Amino acid sequence: MILGNMLEHYTLLSGVIFSIGVVGFLVRRNVLVQLMSIELMLNSVNLALVAYNRLHAANMNGQMFAFFIIAVAAAEVAVGLAIVLQFYRLRATINSDEADTLRQ
Amino acid sequence: MNAGSLLFFVCAVACLVGALSTIVAKNPIRGAVGLLTTIVGIAGLFLVLDAQFLAAIQLIVYAGAVVVLFVFVIMLLGPDAGAGTNVEHEPLEPAGRIARGFSIGIVALMLIGAVTLLALSSEEPTRFVSVSAEHGTVEAVGNLLFTRGLVPFELATILLIVAVVGAIAIARTRPAKKLHTKKASASRRMFHGPLVPRDDTGRPAGSPSALGKEAAE
Repeated sequence: MILGNMLEHYTLLSGVIFSIGVVGFLVRRNVLVQLMSIELMLNSVNLALVAYNRLHAANMNGQMFAFFIIAVAAAEVAVGLAIVLQFYRLRATINSDEADTLRQ
Repeated sequence: MNAGSLLFFVCAVACLVGALSTIVAKNPIRGAVGLLTTIVGIAGLFLVLDAQFLAAIQLIVYAGAVVVLFVFVIMLLGPDAGAGTNVEHEPLEPAGRIARGFSIGIVALMLIGAVTLLALSSEEPTRFVSVSAEHGTVEAVGNLLFTRGLVPFELATILLIVAVVGAIAIARTRPAKKLHTKKASASRRMFHGPLVPRDDTGRPAGSPSALGKEAAE
């Protein structure tokens, strides 16, 4: 059996990684792990984009999209980790259940 | 099984193992290593998909910058980052437990449904055709980035600069614990203190709630 020569392998793998990221984001209460789950989701989307681009190989727009997604993810993780640090200074914990100042 | 097939198998297994270990790891450092495994696996899959440029960018940006940033923050937080503490061990409220089970159930159901549809589908699988040699090379993707993608490329540079300045401004602002009476300069307020002077309760000085409390007293 030849693996990796058809689109379905990649979309399935991408969907599984995305689902793992969704479950991690919803279940874990450690903000750092939640940010890592977001990175997992972004990576799986990149994989799907590049796989579809490999199918429509006349141009490379999918790879260009993936490039911009990587740039946005880098910006997102920089700001996100700064917010985590500030949250830790404020509440001395990184449990996301504690982020309820707006509710009080 | 040829070389590409073997590389796909190894990378796919690395991605899945890394992703699972990211979300189940009690120690966030282990989670970061799991994320690194996933990222390297996806870079390998990019190679299988003839996207050499993106594979290199993936390794440089994700493995070289994002994961290192995560590790820096975990080291900075020390034991409070979750290793050995009981961040996750506090029991959930019943509503939270129901919501968690429901969300996992929905995701699992969607995944099982997708796999079943794929397995039962009678259509021919979508096989890749061969591509030209320059597909996904640095030259080709760079050419595209600086012609059709020039405007988004420049916008991305603005986004990155704003993100860097924003990250510094957020991370270096101290949470207000005491009243700041001294009027600081704009740049000093941006990088060394809260944007709005706070009173003892942590609310902005002169806000309606603070005034109302004074009136009550």
